[in-house]
Amino acid sequence: MSTLRSKIARNGLNVFAGLGLVYLFMPIFFIVLFSFNSPRGNFNIVWQGFTLDNWLNPFSESSLTAALWTSLRISAIATLISTVLGSMIAIALSRSPFVGSSAINLLLVLPLTTPEIVLGSSLATLFLGQTFVDFGTITIVIAHVMFQVSFVALTVRARIRGFDWTLEQAAADLGASPWRTFRLVTFPLILPGVLAAALLAFALSIDDFIITFFNAGSTVTFPLQIYGAARVRIPPQINVLASIVLFASIAILVFGTLRGRKAPNVSRRRPAGLRRVPLRRRPMSS
Amino acid sequence: MLASRADHAGLGALAVAALCLVALGAGWFDGAVNALVVLVLIIVAAGVGALAALGGPQARRLLAPYGLMKPGLLWMALFFLAPVWSLLRISLSTKESRFSVQYDFGWAWENYSTAFSDFGAQFQRAFLYSAIATVLTILIGYPVAYVIAFRGGRFKNVLLGLVVIPFFTSYLIRTIAWSTILADQGPIVSVLRTFGLVGVFEFLQIMDNGKLLNTPAAVIGGLTYNFLPFMLLPIYVSLEKIDPSLVRAANDLYSTPTAAFRKVVLPLSVPGVFAGTLLTFIPAAGDFVNAQFLGNPNTTMIGNSIQDQFLRQNNYPVAAAMSTVLMASITALVLLYTRFFGTDDIA
Repeated sequence: MSTLRSKIARNGLNVFAGLGLVYLFMPIFFIVLFSFNSPRGNFNIVWQGFTLDNWLNPFSESSLTAALWTSLRISAIATLISTVLGSMIAIALSRSPFVGSSAINLLLVLPLTTPEIVLGSSLATLFLGQTFVDFGTITIVIAHVMFQVSFVALTVRARIRGFDWTLEQAAADLGASPWRTFRLVTFPLILPGVLAAALLAFALSIDDFIITFFNAGSTVTFPLQIYGAARVRIPPQINVLASIVLFASIAILVFGTLRGRKAPNVSRRRPAGLRRVPLRRRPMSS
Repeated sequence: MLASRADHAGLGALAVAALCLVALGAGWFDGAVNALVVLVLIIVAAGVGALAALGGPQARRLLAPYGLMKPGLLWMALFFLAPVWSLLRISLSTKESRFSVQYDFGWAWENYSTAFSDFGAQFQRAFLYSAIATVLTILIGYPVAYVIAFRGGRFKNVLLGLVVIPFFTSYLIRTIAWSTILADQGPIVSVLRTFGLVGVFEFLQIMDNGKLLNTPAAVIGGLTYNFLPFMLLPIYVSLEKIDPSLVRAANDLYSTPTAAFRKVVLPLSVPGVFAGTLLTFIPAAGDFVNAQFLGNPNTTMIGNSIQDQFLRQNNYPVAAAMSTVLMASITALVLLYTRFFGTDDIA
């Protein structure tokens, strides 16, 4: 009898998880579906009829397209800066223990435990009181890098945990300069972690609304454009562009998983040239 | 001698440089003193450079981590720490009129009393709604994470991908999509109408006057949806780490499945729930997007008020006071929560 009961419990849980996935996909389904709608009014809310027009003219809303380009440009610059700065912090944190590392860990976690609205409004108060820089692209990039650095540093640090830093010493012992060691040994090995962090940072940046809203001035990013449009007019092109981003991300994810399956664990990989160097003294077998 | 203590010198230089940048950014001093601060900054940088150049390999090795961290940490000092200072400063300032950009510092505590008296309800709703949403994300996220971690088999990564994919679309578009779904002519309300369940939902206070959109329930639902992955993924990570043989051992010792879950799996997954709670509650409490698109004027949260006072009324002092109170109360809650459920690995 108890097997029947546990069977029901077991399947019940699976059904619940399935419903959970349906719930997660419900708005996505609507976004994609309504990208094929031909709305009559200003709002793309009621289903009127199937059309491919929106997909054939995804860039016909010029302000929307311009905002998308602004967003891509800002996110690319911010991601580049934050990936370099954050990875440097991660390397310093995981290479060897040093004085003050716990304080620096705390400083890295703080932006994650501060609500975005506080980050955004406080940064805006900093810009309000000065005359060096106007609100615009530069202030948005500054704001994005500010919250991305933490994410990059923590992600890269987690990914390179277990990295064998004696490889660097081995390279140095073999006469490589620090820069050469970094270029030929360290960088290729930490690259997957750095790329993963950069992707995350880019995703956070391009979708950021609250912090950008406070520091944008008259610059309009994609989320800001949608926010402004939502009150007056929601063209179906928004759904088309969102669907394109969605499908592109799925493609990247699938590609990443297929490649990741081939690539072995970071910590076990050794650069080809160093493979035969005995790095640690093994205990003598007696 | 100095070379062997180079790490202390590096940390000291980093701290002094950060302090200088905070002082410059937050405007602690006036023109002449600022020049002095810049001079200190240059001297410190030159000093560390000299130590690295003359101190030999040991000094360079000890200085290396600080050199690597310097650009990133100084960025954070200038654009994260200094703003917190200027936020506190503006929250105690007065502003002549709505249209002036100038504000004068003067221990204006009345900004805080305004924040509490005029926006107390918004504070309450922010904490209430995000607390309910956090509980809901645990109730939904935990079982899904459990099934993926323990029954996913070789589809684990695919299922995990499916959980993440919806969040590749823009946050605002997702929220607007929910407003379409919950609208009066939307699918959910029409299904409820056909089955005559509107009364039941009204009794449960989920619906109001036959409406689902623009109710507190819709705001809480939006928060739950948008922050679900921040709960689900940390729980999944902690469940994934559990050795399945522990559960088998419990079963071998004649534990019922429920007891095995309660005594083995649940305690080991607490760190995930802990991290997820922080990652869900904190952003949810400061959110204003869900309340704006899914709520009504009586469901606004503190984020809406801060945004409105800051960007539309140009009332920076009161907005800064509200931000400060939000930051302080969340810090206090996090500290309390960490004391009771504390784990080391938040990050």
